[in-house]
Amino acid sequence: MEARATRERGPTGERRLSLLFLAPSLIIFMIFVFYPLGRTFYLSTMGTDIIGRANKFVGLDNFAAMFSDPGFFKALGTTALFVLFTVVPAIAGALVVVLLLESRISGQRMFRTVFALPFAFSVATASVIFALIYNPAVGMANGALSYLGVDRIGWLTEPDLALISISITTIWMTLGYNVLVLSAGIGAIPTEVLEAARLDGATGWRLHGRITIPMLSPQLFFLIVISTIHALQSFGQIHILTKGGPDGATSTLVYWIYEKAFSYGSSDFGTASAAAIVLLVIVLACTGIQFGVLERKVHYR
Amino acid sequence: MSTSSSVTGSVTSKIVVYLVLVVCALPVVFPLYYAFVGGIMTPGDLSSYPPKLVPTAIDLGNYSSALDTIPLARQYLNSAIQTGIVTICQLLSSVLAAYAFAFLRMWAKTAMFALFMVTLMVPWEAIILPNYLLISDLGLTKGPLTYLGLTLPFLAHAFGTFLLRQSFLQFPLEVRDAAVMDGCGHLRFLWRILLPLSKPAIAAVGVYVFMTTWNQYFWPLILGNDDKYKTLQIGVSMLNDAESSSPTLILAGVTLALLPTLALVIFGQRFIIRGLTAGAVK
Repeated sequence: MEARATRERGPTGERRLSLLFLAPSLIIFMIFVFYPLGRTFYLSTMGTDIIGRANKFVGLDNFAAMFSDPGFFKALGTTALFVLFTVVPAIAGALVVVLLLESRISGQRMFRTVFALPFAFSVATASVIFALIYNPAVGMANGALSYLGVDRIGWLTEPDLALISISITTIWMTLGYNVLVLSAGIGAIPTEVLEAARLDGATGWRLHGRITIPMLSPQLFFLIVISTIHALQSFGQIHILTKGGPDGATSTLVYWIYEKAFSYGSSDFGTASAAAIVLLVIVLACTGIQFGVLERKVHYR
Repeated sequence: MSTSSSVTGSVTSKIVVYLVLVVCALPVVFPLYYAFVGGIMTPGDLSSYPPKLVPTAIDLGNYSSALDTIPLARQYLNSAIQTGIVTICQLLSSVLAAYAFAFLRMWAKTAMFALFMVTLMVPWEAIILPNYLLISDLGLTKGPLTYLGLTLPFLAHAFGTFLLRQSFLQFPLEVRDAAVMDGCGHLRFLWRILLPLSKPAIAAVGVYVFMTTWNQYFWPLILGNDDKYKTLQIGVSMLNDAESSSPTLILAGVTLALLPTLALVIFGQRFIIRGLTAGAVK
């Protein structure tokens, strides 16, 4: 009885306990999310010395410097192209694979695992393997071309091709995740819906076009938003494959930020922070689109 | 595609489906094949042009050279420590927060939950510079303190809280009330009853946190000044930059770095699907 009395906390005790339970997360979020977020805005208004320490208030000068830098706009354009080159092909490819897997074939599970394998790769392991595949001297990509009688190509050194080569790597990396998400989505479609459609004579691609794909629209929409946000934040494959080159051709917004802040002799944390705010605004806009405009138009069960 | 219901028609279309699937699967599997097989090839085989696809001889020496060239074993340990700390701490902080959101009375619960969700919208790359300044000001980029620098910002994450809260909310309230009536305190209920029944959700969060932490690149890259405290991912990319490393050696290193996550994808797929699709499938 005594024990129970101490355990039965009043509403106030429960509220205190809940704060205690939230405390570890809240402390981490305050120190490593909200404080840095404020400091990004602060740094964007500050000039920095040669080792990156904020030393004087410069108002909007960093933004002015950023917007007058043609490299910044080039990076924005490259980022947009990179999103375009990676998001749609990776989702469309995964959709085709998942629909093919729906054809009531045996070995479905094995195929699904095979297509999910790239998900095991980190950005570093995938990029290092593709660096070897693209290697002009000994790489498999040129090796395959040599069988077709085509000359060696500088996959990562041709300015027009480098971004496409990085995009291929990225598509390969994200395909597995997209397959997993879409497979789960198909698994969640009630079998009666598909059976009813089949009884009505819908088969093959007609069934998919009329029933399966519309029923997958929440997952497809989720993937478009998530992949766009991921593509906007991509860094590792660019750092490992091209270091932003050749001649800035693969320098995306995040890579531009990295170079401003960390490349040898730069340490321009002020301008880098201004660009980080641009990144923040773009990503938040994508999230806003997810919650606001498009969500209403998607078929939800 | 044939819509004929005849047996021959469906057999033909099945063969076509198989063929298309196999053709799609080849480029997906190739990099993995390349890493595994390339890692045991002789340097001569892989450096010939065009490169050989099937080894003429097997050379396991690549693995020992990979371990010698960079402190790969040491970096494996670093990654294991980093991933272990983050996974355990993130699970703990998420379980506690999710329990509070699911079962406890709270001041300003809606606002508090919104605060958690806001942290999910802030891209890490947009706040990585001030985090770097903070961690380096605290001196956490030197020596063994690097482990703290690597892990501190990730000891809590709202994604785990979100997913576990969803799972806890499905727990029958009557069972919980009955347990509390019997004098079962919150911690006891959490530890003895709720957690054992929530194993799938815990595993889903655990696998997700493990994979994202093990695979981190940007943060360990800017943090690690000291070779001894670099993580495996950074080590593997350095292997690629080193002029002296042969392709076979690089591929052996990549294979070693891949094994833990590859095992998770092959054997823990259902947990991964559950964790990764939490936002996409309701």
